Amino acid sequence: MATVGEVFRRSLPETIDQVRDDSSSSSELHVLAVDDSLVDRKVIERLLKISSCKVTAVESGTRALQYLGLDGERASVGFNESSVLREIPVVVMSSENILTRIDRCLEEGAEDFLLKPVKLDDVKRLRDFIMKGDGKDGGETRIHKRKRQDDYASLSSPSPFPACDPSSPLMPSSSPSARSSKRAKLRNKD
Amino acid sequence: MDVVVQLQRQLADHTASLFHEGFLNEQFNQLQQLQDESNPDFVVEVVSLFFEDSERLLNELAKALEQQAVDYKKVDAHVHQLKGSSSSIGAQRVQGVCIPFRNFCEEQNIEGCLKCLQQVKHEYSLVKNKLETLFKLEQQLIAAGGSFPTL
Repeated sequence: MATVGEVFRRSLPETIDQVRDDSSSSSELHVLAVDDSLVDRKVIERLLKISSCKVTAVESGTRALQYLGLDGERASVGFNESSVLREIPVVVMSSENILTRIDRCLEEGAEDFLLKPVKLDDVKRLRDFIMKGDGKDGGETRIHKRKRQDDYASLSSPSPFPACDPSSPLMPSSSPSARSSKRAKLRNKD
Repeated sequence: MDVVVQLQRQLADHTASLFHEGFLNEQFNQLQQLQDESNPDFVVEVVSLFFEDSERLLNELAKALEQQAVDYKKVDAHVHQLKGSSSSIGAQRVQGVCIPFRNFCEEQNIEGCLKCLQQVKHEYSLVKNKLETLFKLEQQLIAAGGSFPTL
């Protein structure tokens, strides 16, 4: 199954080099949306634009890496080295409502999980949540952010950046109560 | 003016039946919400993409299921995509057939798969026709000087 995800970023400049100059002066979110479905790309792009986000939609993890300037040979900055890139919130989108997979995404550091088909309210809620500031959730999400740094350092790895890869073997889910409210919210989407 | 009223009613009836008969669901309303003066053709554009995409997938599915040694993973991947895109535009019945289709893939049941392929093709052509009629009515209404409310 192909993985999809979204990478949220405050005002992504044209080149990665400008990253460090990027202060929080602009309040517009720039989202890098990754989805292999053309239909879904078009929909998510519109959903985000209507929610006042700037959007770049790409079709694969590889393309996402290329866009971020992290595609191996031409990478001007290593993923591990860039503390700013590490802070990019990641949201996973999927049509599969499988709790263990959702948990795994959250455990691996995803900010949130959107169940497809994505609705306007989902995007608005998410945008507000992200805009309120990373770290508002305090220690809970931060602790789990980018835990598996090593996995991402290897650019030749088959799993697309930065969403988790649901097709790889699942870990047993031992969800702390910190995430249980988030899961409860997500599960009601039947 | 009568023409406009007539067309508006036709359009409303047609749309209502699409929902009532389960061809479309709430997600289609979501799409309509995304359409405005700055993007007046959004729904038509997305649905057109869906048509192109689905036709491609249905062809791939037919080919894949014709093989001597069927690659069920591949078939499943295609069905998954079809399920996803149909769900994104609210094409409920197409989406619905994809569910047993995936189960048959998992069971590697060729009979079941072929039957589902037939069904999904059928549902797809039904919804395609109905959506095309919907768009035609909208065009006629606009041409007659009217406008249609989005649900």
